[in-house]
Amino acid sequence: MDAVKIKKSTGDKIADVLIYIFIGLLSLICILPFIQTAAVSVSSGQYVNAQQILLVPKGLNVSAYRSILSDAKMVHSLFFTVFLTITFTIAGMIVTIFSAYALSRPKLKGRYFFATLFLITMYFSAGIIPDYLLMDNLNILDSFWCLFLPGLFSAYNMIILRTFIQNSIPESLIEAAELDGCDDFRILFQVVLPLSKSVLATLMLFYAVGRWNSFSDALYYIQSEKYKPLQLKLQMMIQSATTSESEADASTSPNPEMLKSASIMFATIPIIIVYPFVQKYFVSGVMIGAVKG
Amino acid sequence: MKIQNQTQTGATPRKKSLAHEIKECWELYVLLIIPVALVVIFKFLPMLGLSIAFMDYKPFLGFSGSTFTGFDTFKQVFSSMQFWQALKNTMLLNILDLLFGFPAPVILAIFINEIECKWYKKVTQTVLYLPHFLSWVIIGGIAAQILGTNPGYINVIIKALGGKEIPFLTDPTHWIFSYVFIGVWQSMGWGTIIYLAAITGIDAELYEAATVDGAGRWRKIWSITLPSLKSTIIVMLIMALGRIMGSSFDRPYTLDNTMVHDDVANVISMYVYNQGLTNFHFNLATAVGLFQSVVGVILVLLADKIAKLMGESGIV
Repeated sequence: MDAVKIKKSTGDKIADVLIYIFIGLLSLICILPFIQTAAVSVSSGQYVNAQQILLVPKGLNVSAYRSILSDAKMVHSLFFTVFLTITFTIAGMIVTIFSAYALSRPKLKGRYFFATLFLITMYFSAGIIPDYLLMDNLNILDSFWCLFLPGLFSAYNMIILRTFIQNSIPESLIEAAELDGCDDFRILFQVVLPLSKSVLATLMLFYAVGRWNSFSDALYYIQSEKYKPLQLKLQMMIQSATTSESEADASTSPNPEMLKSASIMFATIPIIIVYPFVQKYFVSGVMIGAVKG
Repeated sequence: MKIQNQTQTGATPRKKSLAHEIKECWELYVLLIIPVALVVIFKFLPMLGLSIAFMDYKPFLGFSGSTFTGFDTFKQVFSSMQFWQALKNTMLLNILDLLFGFPAPVILAIFINEIECKWYKKVTQTVLYLPHFLSWVIIGGIAAQILGTNPGYINVIIKALGGKEIPFLTDPTHWIFSYVFIGVWQSMGWGTIIYLAAITGIDAELYEAATVDGAGRWRKIWSITLPSLKSTIIVMLIMALGRIMGSSFDRPYTLDNTMVHDDVANVISMYVYNQGLTNFHFNLATAVGLFQSVVGVILVLLADKIAKLMGESGIV
């Protein structure tokens, strides 16, 4: 059949333009706040105090970043958060892969029981005080472990991966491997995982971003400075800056406004760097899980 | 070789003993050890802690130093003005979120789908998804800078144009709208993914046939795209209704300030946090949390029932 190309009516063309403008404006609303914050973070104090910065930095200066990087506690927190995020992501992926693969196999005896056990966690949680008491009883309050262990299993991520395995990896392929004498470990690592790269990339992004971004568990459980993740540090800094609105001198030394902006950029930049690389994977990966799940 | 194997497996008797069946998938059980252990310890064990909602629990005495008090804690909760205020705040913000936050991704997805220019579509999508990946700490910090009053760059512009300063974040009524707007801003783009996926599934021939029949753009959106999205919209709406009592912590906490806290920002999750981990009223906080969880589960189950009654596949 020939593709019938029908000329667009004038009305449709106008609608086209309006839609392009509308989507463009929304995108600007999403990105401009970051550009503004970035501009403030690299401008010089006198212009910031005079409120003259609008999207374009004035009197370029990176003293705010320098002062963050010379703050030993902040640098420690950065390394701690990076370490926490990487180990958490690896361990979380292992837990997700193991549970999703096991639940995807029809031969698993008690599959319904395990699926129910996992799914309940999506709809009912005991709440923050029972969680807090558990951490206390396990003696992991105020340690690395209370930030690492509780979030490792995510029913949501497990469902996405399980749905992907069930829908996208032909059962016949797995059966053929089984007949060739492969045990489940080999099937998982040599057949299933190599075919699941896009969804695995997506889930890694979810784990890493989730861990990098959360601060409330640290707010509940952590007292010591050395275990405070970057986001909690940032939140405390923003709060103290809003409560004591002190007028800094207009010299080149960074004022609270610039420090705040620089810290915000500091916590945002890693995500902005990683995100575009993974985006092409997550759109396809998430869509598959979302449609079927 | 393979064929031979297959006939052999086919020849084994259908009925297998339980022990044999378990033996056949022992590797899967090995894989499940760590996930099940994590779920039991970190999701189910805390449920034992819910018992302190029925106790006269003192943090420094522990379980042994507490006595059973029945529903006394709940009576105390339900007679507390602060609790009802928190419940009211939660409901108000959630209903507004639903009203504005729910249709936004549907509309946006339909518009994104109308864009034919590939690079424009890709760039705008990337930008629109971005806020979803940033923490509420960052969003709260930026919101204070942009919408605040000192300096508050929107207000700087308003004043430069001769207008009066608007207390976006410090007046309760304005705060409600800022809260809802920021929520829509953060989740709108990401929310389109599920609808765009559903749109991809629509048969392209439908559009071609409609075009040949002389249907314009709006007619196609109205008569093809929207009806195709119906079941996705219904499932998402029902799930959203199931969450109407829930409350996240990060968003109200990071957008909160003393000027609006009591009147509008103090939602249940914040109330639980303050009662429990700031004032150490553990049993009170646990009781409120339990109340919220139970109502939440009932709403989800109810929503699922409605979905199934409407012929949708349901969610639980």
